Amino acid sequence: MSTKTPVDINLQFSCPTPLPARDTILLGHGSGGKLSAELIRDIFLPAFQNPSLARLDDQAIVNVNGQRLAITTDSFVVKPLFFPGGDIGSLAVHGTINDLAMGGATPLFLSAAFIIEEGFSMDELRRVVNSLRRAAAEAGVHVVTGDTKVVEKGKGDGLFINTTGIGLVPEGVDLSADRARPGDKVLLSGSIGDHGIAILAQREGLEFETTIQSDSAALHALVARMLGVSSNDNPGIRCMRDPTRGGVSSTLNEIAERSQVGIELEESSLPIHEEVRGACELLGLDPLYVANEGKLLAIVAPEAADAVLGAMRGHPLGAEAQIIGTVQIENPGLVTMRTPLGTTRVVDMLAGDQLPRIC
Amino acid sequence: MKYLDEYRDHRIARALAAEIVQATTRPWVLMEICGGQTHTIMRYGIDELLPRNIEIVHGPGCPVCVTPLETVDKAIALALRPDVILVSYGDMLRVPGSHSDLFRAKAQGADVRIAYSPTEAVKIARANPERKVVFLAIGFETTAPANAMAAWQAKREGLANFSMLVSHVLVPPAIRALMVSSSNRVQGFIAPGHVCTVMGCKEYESLVHDFRVPIVVGGFEPVDILEAVLMLVRQLEAGEAKLENQYVRSVSYQGNIPAQEIMAEVFEIADQKWRGIGPIPQSGLRLSSEYAAYDADRVFDLGEITVDEPAECISAQVLQGLKKPTDCPAFGMRCTPENPLGAPMVSSEGACAAYYHYRRHAVAK
Repeated sequence: MSTKTPVDINLQFSCPTPLPARDTILLGHGSGGKLSAELIRDIFLPAFQNPSLARLDDQAIVNVNGQRLAITTDSFVVKPLFFPGGDIGSLAVHGTINDLAMGGATPLFLSAAFIIEEGFSMDELRRVVNSLRRAAAEAGVHVVTGDTKVVEKGKGDGLFINTTGIGLVPEGVDLSADRARPGDKVLLSGSIGDHGIAILAQREGLEFETTIQSDSAALHALVARMLGVSSNDNPGIRCMRDPTRGGVSSTLNEIAERSQVGIELEESSLPIHEEVRGACELLGLDPLYVANEGKLLAIVAPEAADAVLGAMRGHPLGAEAQIIGTVQIENPGLVTMRTPLGTTRVVDMLAGDQLPRIC
Repeated sequence: MKYLDEYRDHRIARALAAEIVQATTRPWVLMEICGGQTHTIMRYGIDELLPRNIEIVHGPGCPVCVTPLETVDKAIALALRPDVILVSYGDMLRVPGSHSDLFRAKAQGADVRIAYSPTEAVKIARANPERKVVFLAIGFETTAPANAMAAWQAKREGLANFSMLVSHVLVPPAIRALMVSSSNRVQGFIAPGHVCTVMGCKEYESLVHDFRVPIVVGGFEPVDILEAVLMLVRQLEAGEAKLENQYVRSVSYQGNIPAQEIMAEVFEIADQKWRGIGPIPQSGLRLSSEYAAYDADRVFDLGEITVDEPAECISAQVLQGLKKPTDCPAFGMRCTPENPLGAPMVSSEGACAAYYHYRRHAVAK
């Protein structure tokens, strides 16, 4: 092939007009990124406004006869239903327990609702239910109520599960995303991106083999240990979040926004497994945006950071815990990162899902 | 990670930056062609490490950004047909057409699927004989061999329900167009390492010769970029114009011959419109007449889609390195990745997206 020399270049300066306002739900509205936040802000918050909801934490905390109850609900639509390191059943337990645990609550009871597509295999359903039972038993919570609905073939995607969880918040524990203060440390309980990449690798069409396992796990025992070292007089932990959809970046952006502080991460301190790094390099994904199901981020007062980090590392689910950054006054509402070259970049919240690049 | 970490090593990077400072005595304007390189520069803050008198401007090498609006509109029109499955690289889905994008088409019920490789589209065609499967085949020379392979495979199997909507662009004619433009400021180019892995360095000889402009084929990691900048600065300071290869671990003089052969078998060189830049003669690829049966443009009666494109954003100047994304009054205000005015704000290789995602803190200051 050869190319001819162009003779006359007619440079046309052109660009499209902006698209009209959104009038339909896009997949990105479920991504945990900016579109999800817009949906909550514009549709749900105005409809149900109340002080518990307005906290916008992973769980609501309500007062009942002097006891503080934590309530949360989560729907699970993962595909494939079975993946290395877990399945939709165990995930439905872990996800909801973790949302309770991030408020410092001890999880007690779960509900489980199944939306099943006509034609779904009874054997697979049994496997999912068994896995859900086992995960609940291991976590010491009871599934005390449930619901079943069957939808016509083609009107569901095999199986969806919703779980709601109730737990009790111990006295003196008060965790919320608006409590981060300049100087606080950002702690991460272990390697990031494992769940998202394990799921992606299972999807049809992605032709690479990997041994990456989902990190799906219940984090309440780890949380109890962390709360154990921050006493009532010295409540060092300000806030905890599990970086699920949207990954570490979306979670930290939410905290930066809610607390009106900046958060600066140190890139070299981020724990990322080699295989996850490799897969992300290959696909053009940033591990900071990839989902986790067994990790937590904690914002901790500087004087308590070492003790909390020690407590985390003493638990198997926190063995690889790291201090990954610091809360600062500068750049309120933004998350930034010091690169290995000593320069700084923004770690943005994505609009929708991360899309693999072209080349 | 081997073959990666050493190219992100901060000591090597800082040493190279110091060498660049030493070597530079005058101001120089350099352009990296590839959007992947733009993102490395922004992500790692490479421009912060360079002396002030070296200006890096960003080139047109973002495949999504230069895909014409008409192609996006055609893809959307095809996707909305009930008999069509439209398969695309993920990056294309959010790119605004004139009234919609593929994500919105999907929300309206269009069967739009994301593929990681074009041969997946062939598989989908095989599995859905009652549907027409159209693959949106876009990109530079990098994606052309794999896209050619999909058409070749479909033809070999006699898959009658597979076709490709092709919008392929070539780098050397774009560099030529930039160099002959009266507004050009670029004095040295970092040529795209992935494109050259396929095509080799050889295509760039004539550009160096015709315009006496130094060209260094560069890789995508911080150390690659810094080394390529150093090589360009040394040439410019010495008054030389040579073709050099920084990315020797991947690029050879001849390139990947089998890849070039499959491209030559399936595609032919044609005039091509670049979004934001305009038509450049002989700067694209289209399916050759032997593959006409796989050309969605010929299979479907799409008619002539003419698109009205008011000058809302400055992506044209950005894609030619005439302006920085932050020079745009709409940047970060009326134009964000959620509500993009132009493709460079959408694509993971677009210059505006790179500035928005990585450098907003610097802009705010």
